[in-house]
Amino acid sequence: MQLVKVLVTGASSLLARRTVEALLARGDEVVCLQRHEAPVDTDQVLGDVRDEALVADAARGCDAIIHAAAKVGVVGSWEQFRSINVDGTASVVAAAASTHVSRLVHVSTPSVAHSGHSIVGAAADAPFIGRSGAWYAESKALGENLARAAASDDLAVVTIRPHLVWGPGDTQLVGRIVDRARSGRLALVGNGAALIDTTYIDCASSALVAALDAAVPGAACNGRAYVIANGEPRPIRELVMGICRAAGIEVTPRSVPLPLAMAAGGVIERLWNVRRATTEPPLTRFLAEQLGTAHWFDPRPARDDLGWVPTVTIDEGLRRLRDWFRESS
Amino acid sequence: MVSRSPRSDSAPRRPTAAQFRRWGVDPLWSRVVEVPSSDGSTYTWHVLERSPEAPIATIVCVHGNPTWSFYWRSLLERLGDRYRVIAVDQLGMGFSQRTAQRPFAQRVTDLGDVLSVLDLSGPVVTVAHDWGGPISLGWALDEAARTDTCSLAGVVLCNTGVAVPAGRKAPALIRLAAAGPLTDFVGRRTRIFVDGTLMLSGKRVARAARDGYRAPYRRAADRYAVSEFVGDVPFTPAHPSAAAIDQVAQDLRSLTVPTLLAWGARDPVFNDDFALDLAARVPHADKHRFPGMGHLVVEETDVAALIDGWLSERVLHAAPVVRAEPIVHAETPPIWAAIEAKRTDTSAAFVDGGTGTTTSFAAFHDRVMGVAGALAARGVKPGDRVAVLVQPGVDLLSTAYGCWRAGAVTVIADRGLGLRGLGAAVRAADVSLVIGAPKALAAARTMRWARGAELLSVSALSKLAALGSRLPPAPKAGDPAAILYTSGATGPAKGVRYRHGQMAAQRDVLATLYGITESDRLVAAFAPFALYGPAFGITSTIPNVDVAAPGTLTADALAAAVTSVDATIVFASPAALLNVNNTANGRHTVFSKLRLVLSAGAPVPIATLRATAALCPNAELHTPYGMTECLPVADIDLTAIDAAGAGNGVCVGQPVPGVSVLIAPLGLDADRALEPLPAGTTGEVVVRAPWVSDGYNQLWRTEHEARPRTSDGRVWHRSGDVGHIDTHGRLWIEGRSVHVIHADGNPITPVPIEVAVEALDGIAKVAAVGVGPTGCQQLVVVVQDAQRPIGLADEVLIERVRAAVPHAVAAVITVHTLPVDIRHNTKIDRTAVALWASEILAGHRARCNW
Repeated sequence: MQLVKVLVTGASSLLARRTVEALLARGDEVVCLQRHEAPVDTDQVLGDVRDEALVADAARGCDAIIHAAAKVGVVGSWEQFRSINVDGTASVVAAAASTHVSRLVHVSTPSVAHSGHSIVGAAADAPFIGRSGAWYAESKALGENLARAAASDDLAVVTIRPHLVWGPGDTQLVGRIVDRARSGRLALVGNGAALIDTTYIDCASSALVAALDAAVPGAACNGRAYVIANGEPRPIRELVMGICRAAGIEVTPRSVPLPLAMAAGGVIERLWNVRRATTEPPLTRFLAEQLGTAHWFDPRPARDDLGWVPTVTIDEGLRRLRDWFRESS
Repeated sequence: MVSRSPRSDSAPRRPTAAQFRRWGVDPLWSRVVEVPSSDGSTYTWHVLERSPEAPIATIVCVHGNPTWSFYWRSLLERLGDRYRVIAVDQLGMGFSQRTAQRPFAQRVTDLGDVLSVLDLSGPVVTVAHDWGGPISLGWALDEAARTDTCSLAGVVLCNTGVAVPAGRKAPALIRLAAAGPLTDFVGRRTRIFVDGTLMLSGKRVARAARDGYRAPYRRAADRYAVSEFVGDVPFTPAHPSAAAIDQVAQDLRSLTVPTLLAWGARDPVFNDDFALDLAARVPHADKHRFPGMGHLVVEETDVAALIDGWLSERVLHAAPVVRAEPIVHAETPPIWAAIEAKRTDTSAAFVDGGTGTTTSFAAFHDRVMGVAGALAARGVKPGDRVAVLVQPGVDLLSTAYGCWRAGAVTVIADRGLGLRGLGAAVRAADVSLVIGAPKALAAARTMRWARGAELLSVSALSKLAALGSRLPPAPKAGDPAAILYTSGATGPAKGVRYRHGQMAAQRDVLATLYGITESDRLVAAFAPFALYGPAFGITSTIPNVDVAAPGTLTADALAAAVTSVDATIVFASPAALLNVNNTANGRHTVFSKLRLVLSAGAPVPIATLRATAALCPNAELHTPYGMTECLPVADIDLTAIDAAGAGNGVCVGQPVPGVSVLIAPLGLDADRALEPLPAGTTGEVVVRAPWVSDGYNQLWRTEHEARPRTSDGRVWHRSGDVGHIDTHGRLWIEGRSVHVIHADGNPITPVPIEVAVEALDGIAKVAAVGVGPTGCQQLVVVVQDAQRPIGLADEVLIERVRAAVPHAVAAVITVHTLPVDIRHNTKIDRTAVALWASEILAGHRARCNW
């Protein structure tokens, strides 16, 4: 592999950080851009991804950009989500065009194509626009369209949609499950049997690196999107209990019917918005639906086009998670 | 709802591109053509058309009432990349121009007008539905009559008719709709006719499609032709269109091009009788009957795929009829030969297990010949189909052999199909006579299993048999003999056609394989096997047990049967043997006289075989492997099973002499030459033997797909089983091909997984199934356990299962019972399990509805 210089945006997130580490480990040059200093051992440009001049400056001399900066969660106004996730992406695309960058890996989310039904072995469908309320997914869908539309013979754009990333240090999935289990509030939505595929953190970062390497003009992946996951769907109950056991907690989670969880999620979201809260709510409709229905994907497109296969199995990931909990306690 | 609207000649506004797309129609297929009509006017026609640059042939699709070209979109989709597919909207219908009433003859001319503007070239195949049928035929027969420039290459008809079938009235629904003033109300002023047509097919028509069907008929002004079509149905000879339609019905007999009848069997209007009427007029027609489908058959099921395969086979290759070859040599003695040979023998042919009554060979011979004579005297002709709904016993045996000797084709559906399956089987078989006990005849009458067929009670038949009517000429080896039924464990039961020579070949191979001689005596605990007794010329009996529940056979009942004929051979299903073992008390010394115990129909658990071996110390235990379409394929005994040991699947032994076995790639395409896989590779088991059945009843596509050819032109039968051949030449079965789990990577066969998990302590029955789309399915193991709650297994069980299975297991589920077939009570319906598991694992609630 020819060494490259890569600009990574949003390097404060776990996934971006791990990707930076993976790139550095193989000898690539990396420069990061995010608002606050991130715990990565490389050059950092601090600032806003929407600042096109700043991004272009940071991208100068780079061959590639991994665009991972995004506003996630449910807290915030449409304007905030749109501004960061759409304008921010536009700014990165413009910076790529005005510099010598020839590869762009855009980090998206499977929820851009998600209409609310269970997903059973699906491919990465086209994003759709026109949700009411789900601002994260809506803004990411617009952002993904924008990034993919920039694909050309001069700029290869590959979109990666990692599905439910978890691992040591993850506060989103692992953190929430463990918190809830410790406080005795852990509940499963529905029968707990919904098959959910997830992505161990090292697999997600290796997929971004694979996408970076595959992103050359003329490649089949140029302009396309790929859902990334371990390819090992498990019933949600098994997964949640596996994570709890890794954290050293033995629980039998309660069960909440899906319609009830959806309704509760809706109420909680509205309350949060009314209160203009700045913390993430305990339950959202999106989360309820994510936990209550099947979500797993066809692994073949990513393997065929990016040459990527998962590097760490779910069972191995759970072992590593257990070791991490033991070390950190 | 009721509206009066003036007649206008403008068509409803054509759908937008977005509407077309929503309905699954490419907007580019839609166009209008100006057609000068023979009536002097020029009309605007709407057509859907798709064509490659160099089409192989042109397919002209003609819809009925009240549909439109939309009905044919699946044909455009599937065939339009190779064929020019044209679907017209008839005038006044769909999005074609509204006109004054157009009687039948005018509509035939209209079709010719539009087709001449569309400038057809090369071969043409017409495809039609409902009243489009006679209209397309009107054009096709004119075309066929043009000896110089005839381009007609084929005809496809779906749920249509050209005449009211003999012996029945016109469809009640249509008669009602056509009754004078009702016609306008039902057809034009209200949407009753349009909506009613969709209702006939129920949920099999998707919501978006319903929208498509209604689109051109939203306004009453657009529905004149709908009611006029109904009014144009000639119920009396005086009707203005009667003569023209009758002419088509007459001329149809001269049709020589390949013809396909693709039929939805649940159509209250154009039901089976119409299909039979057409089949009688076009005897060379291929038939494919869809049992669960209704009037809008093309909408409800994949008729496009059927037509695609049929066009390649019949119209493009014009191939000869696919047959299971070779037909047995004509010199093989007929199936009743042993009965004739023993015509003066006073020893027992059959002993009734219930009453103890003995029928001698001499009496049995006279009875069989009497039945044959009586049937001929009653007008049963060679090839006529006769349903035999008789409980296993001497009545069944004599009736069956009598039918065979008379050249009639027996339709023997056993109770194992269930009452509904039995009815469906008889209904599909087109029988002209039903023979049965009064109860069975009453069921056949009230449930209308055989409309138009004569009903004859067994007692009446035996009286007639005693009259000693003259024997008809005997049928030949190549003549049809029987329709048997598959168990329906993997889909609706299929009728399997056998010829006399094939049945005789089966008798001969079984006799050779098991050394059956005149000194043997048979207990048939699997009742249908009792039919072999007279063929072997040996004494036989059926133990006293409920035929619908062979698993209730007790050791006492079997011992009594063995004693009654001093039996040497027992044939019993695995379920029966299991119960015999469970009820044996060590005092049944009579079993030591048995030299041979046969068990088949489903995999026989090794524990059952061992227990049986202990019970019958002097008997060899054999389990033949085969299927309704070909029995036997292979055979194994207990010693050989032990020698084979554990392996990938269930070892069924060496192929029997006379049968050839190949392993074909999974997902075999019957349109291509069959390329066998090397030894050791897993694939579909295909067989070839003189006793392979002839084909399927009224299932053209099923038969076509089941009978691939090797490049040397030999025809093979696909067993539907998946397995491999080991280095010793033994055949191993790994499951049904429809149950193969198409995971990412190599396909996974269910049986080896089930065998591995069932080997764990405390686990009796397991189903391995796949969920998700083909190519990335996930493996799910479903364990039967009445003690555990239904749903996800506990962690201990999950661990044990994962450790036992050499593939990634996504989930382990427990259920109280697994669904099994009625006939054998052992074959797991993995398709039902997979559907249920898919729902549960998608996060939905689902109940096991088995």
